[in-house]
Amino acid sequence: MKFFLTPNMARLTVALGLLLNVTQAAADEGGLSAGDTAWMLTATALVLFMTIPGLALFYAGMVRAKNVLSVLMQCFAITGLATIIWIIVGYSLAFTGDGAYWGSLEKAFLKGVTVDALSGTIPETVFMTFQMTFAIITPALIVGAFAERMKFSAMLWFMGIWLILVYAPICHWVWGGGWLGEMGVLDFAGGTVVHINAGIAGLVACIVLGKRNGYTKTPMLPNNLGYTIVGAAMLWVGWFGFNAGSELAADGTAGMAMAVTQIATAAAALGWMFSEWLFHGKPSVLGIASGAVAGLVAITPACGSVGPMGALAIGIAAGVLCYLAATKLKNALGYDDSLDVFGVHAIGGIVGALLTGVFVAGSLGGVGLAEGVSISQQVGKQAIGVVATIIYTGVASFIILKVIDMVIGLRVSSDEESEGLDIALHDERGYNLGA
Amino acid sequence: MKLVIAVIKPFRLDDVRDALAQIGVKGMTVTEVKGFGRQKGHTELYRGAEYAVDFLPKIKLEVALDAALLEQALEAISGSAQTGKIGDGKIFVYDIEQVIRIRTGETGSDAL
Repeated sequence: MKFFLTPNMARLTVALGLLLNVTQAAADEGGLSAGDTAWMLTATALVLFMTIPGLALFYAGMVRAKNVLSVLMQCFAITGLATIIWIIVGYSLAFTGDGAYWGSLEKAFLKGVTVDALSGTIPETVFMTFQMTFAIITPALIVGAFAERMKFSAMLWFMGIWLILVYAPICHWVWGGGWLGEMGVLDFAGGTVVHINAGIAGLVACIVLGKRNGYTKTPMLPNNLGYTIVGAAMLWVGWFGFNAGSELAADGTAGMAMAVTQIATAAAALGWMFSEWLFHGKPSVLGIASGAVAGLVAITPACGSVGPMGALAIGIAAGVLCYLAATKLKNALGYDDSLDVFGVHAIGGIVGALLTGVFVAGSLGGVGLAEGVSISQQVGKQAIGVVATIIYTGVASFIILKVIDMVIGLRVSSDEESEGLDIALHDERGYNLGA
Repeated sequence: MKLVIAVIKPFRLDDVRDALAQIGVKGMTVTEVKGFGRQKGHTELYRGAEYAVDFLPKIKLEVALDAALLEQALEAISGSAQTGKIGDGKIFVYDIEQVIRIRTGETGSDAL
């Protein structure tokens, strides 16, 4: 009988194995981490899933049947558009350059982002694509504010320009080495960059465009709340990629980010549900879905800093306050924010951003305040981040909208609005029920 | 020949169909409609926006019959569609000028 493995071969094999282990360990310490990369590849897919189909369905179910396709179309088109703009200038403006307020074009057209380029312990391609999915969902969130009345062409122009002039700079301010990050503002996964940003832009847009014809008199019932809650569920699951993925690594912080995301979301869903039960008399499907999204938004800036109890508090606050904003505040002030982008994303984002400053404190279960910074000082920094974002995005969005309005007009005609955007703008019908 | 149009509550349809079958009426056309008379609608709430929804789902039943069967048919429909609560519906009776069976070309009573 022949031996396939001689003693020397055996020794060689063991030595080789040890060498490989050492090499792998060296890579984990200084270069690419397979674990981190595997997670971030997954997280990227989860965040894209949040937009298509998550957000797309969440919104589509809430509009009238004659406009169901228009919302889906907007989300899909933004996904394509944001991708292209991101690779051309967006990524570079957001994440390169030493400017406090504006990035550089050194990575325009993804120059330098090669197969082997690293960003920390993950390939830069993965980091770039992960961030791209954020640049996709932020403009997509805004569509909820002007649903059922915006011209498709004007929407494309607005989103394209907005990504370059508003999203990229704010992203740079917080995550790309700009002034807010340097100042110590805590925004782990984009409460400011994504939610307050989109929420305020949405408020401005719905006011500039004006209310839908017949708003408050004509019933404008959600055509398919089934879509809406399915979409909300997809957002909930996908958000683990959004929040835990913002750690850019597969580690304890990511684990805690996932845990606090779940806690805050559940608390907010129940918070909205019980508020509605109390104020209106019955809990609703739209309410619990909206509550969950409010919780997801509020925990977004906080998920890298707070602990489980902090998340519980943030969730309850978001559920109750966003319920009040979407129902009482909107009706009191009279703006037609069709799908409550301001009520949920701006208010939820602000609540989360400010409470991050509170619950980061070690005494309240967080990871601990920065050296020499008190809770009130941290909340002060958070407030500066909030206010700066509100002002910049508010003003810039307004200007971009007005310019587009002057050139091509923002709103569809009255007839088109009555007929429904699906037929008027896309020559399609969402439902062809019946033989 | 008479055309009987009845607007009834949707969940009574099966009972009405059975009652008509018992008197020998085998065919009918049914449409899903919305309507109201004295029955109040309800409110629906979507995130703080309350809507009064007046139009309630109903079923419209159309049956063509021989004048001889009319009285029995009206009794059958009334009896089986009634719940005693507001919103039970109404029955309308029309004269039919002509009836044709498309497959065979039969006309008049032979086509009923």
